[in-house]
Amino acid sequence: MHLDHDHTHSDAAAVSADAHRPDGRRRALRIGLGGPVGSGKTATVAALCRALRDELSLAVVTNDIYTREDAEFLLREAVLPPERITAVETGACPHTAIRDDISANLEAVEDLEDEVGPLDLILVESGGDNLTATFSRGLVDAQVFVIDVAGGDDIPRKGGPGVTTADLLIVNKTDLARYVGSDLARMAADAKAQRGELPVVFQSLRSEEHVAPVADWVRARYAAWAAAAA
Amino acid sequence: MSRAALLILADGRFPAGGHAHSGGAEAAVKAGRVTGAPSLEDFCRGRLHTTGLVSAGLAAAAALGADGRAALDEAVDAHTRSLALRTAARKLGRQLLRAGRATWPSPELDALARAFPKGAHQPVVLGTTARAAGLGPADAAYCAAYETVSGPATAVVRLLGLDPFEATAVLARLGADLDEVAAAAVRAAHRVPEEGLHALPAASAPLLEIGGEAHAAWPVRLFAS
Repeated sequence: MHLDHDHTHSDAAAVSADAHRPDGRRRALRIGLGGPVGSGKTATVAALCRALRDELSLAVVTNDIYTREDAEFLLREAVLPPERITAVETGACPHTAIRDDISANLEAVEDLEDEVGPLDLILVESGGDNLTATFSRGLVDAQVFVIDVAGGDDIPRKGGPGVTTADLLIVNKTDLARYVGSDLARMAADAKAQRGELPVVFQSLRSEEHVAPVADWVRARYAAWAAAAA
Repeated sequence: MSRAALLILADGRFPAGGHAHSGGAEAAVKAGRVTGAPSLEDFCRGRLHTTGLVSAGLAAAAALGADGRAALDEAVDAHTRSLALRTAARKLGRQLLRAGRATWPSPELDALARAFPKGAHQPVVLGTTARAAGLGPADAAYCAAYETVSGPATAVVRLLGLDPFEATAVLARLGADLDEVAAAAVRAAHRVPEEGLHALPAASAPLLEIGGEAHAAWPVRLFAS
């Protein structure tokens, strides 16, 4: 499979999604988090960092659209030491930086591994975008799409590449469902119809330990990644 | 020499990081110097005959395969006073190198990556990539010159909501200037073996450098440079 091929012409920076670093060591697992503006990507990243930082060596790349807000939120919340958080500037096009032209993000993940590595896991957070924004397989090994109940309970039915193909779909802010009239059962049924066997997690981060199902999914991904290296 | 390779390298969708940079246009828009198609044309013409000419000369020299790519890179450092612009040029060079190596694998590109793990200046990488793609100094010069105007033109479409047809017409009106700059760059590059790097153009655009420094300090911006 493409993540495990050996590259033959490179002995400096890696040129694509090779599973190994230039020095031959296996690189960190990279998981992308995408989804619309305000759906809770940064809150999910923060909760994941707190849940996993004692068991995995972690770093985060944020893709802010026109500020450093997301990176600064994570710094302020002190979810990780500052040298483990990097912001990429995306020139008004967050989907371009995670899909069509991934070079700045690849540099960010490689620099993190050089400077604070070895790392087990890098979370790459997209800037808030639309329902078609997905990550390139050249940048991440797995991707999570985050929507929320207040964005409309018809979003799972509408589908689109993020909802349909992401390795994990998170439906966030379930605590708001009764205030905005969103039907969680309908969202679950629509997501199931769009995604088949791909997993869906409903969560509310009003209480941060509720990130546990997503953290477990990340742990399982990491275990599979580590096992493939052995 | 393949015409198709030139189209691939010059394509704005070539994944080398350019989409996140405005080439100074964001600072110029904020300062009120670019407000529509006529002022965009003035801005682009000015950038083309300064930054564009210098970049085209460097790219043409690198495409000729001069051994001294490190010296070319040093020349850019010496010529560019703004640290923000030097940083942006290295960042873009590193991104282009990644794309170039994946697209046209070559020992010369690998050597450049080894010598500059954090990135050589973009025009030096561009010329070396052109060479790896089987292109010549004129192609490299055209790519470098065209990029110095196509980047700002597309950025201004996003920044001002400028009609994209008008922005593209601006680029077309700069055609003769692009020919002139590319030709001058190639002539200069051919003189480098005899005369050294002093033969290369050294025009400068102080306002672009000042704007680049100011822009780098903004807390809120759409583009990285």
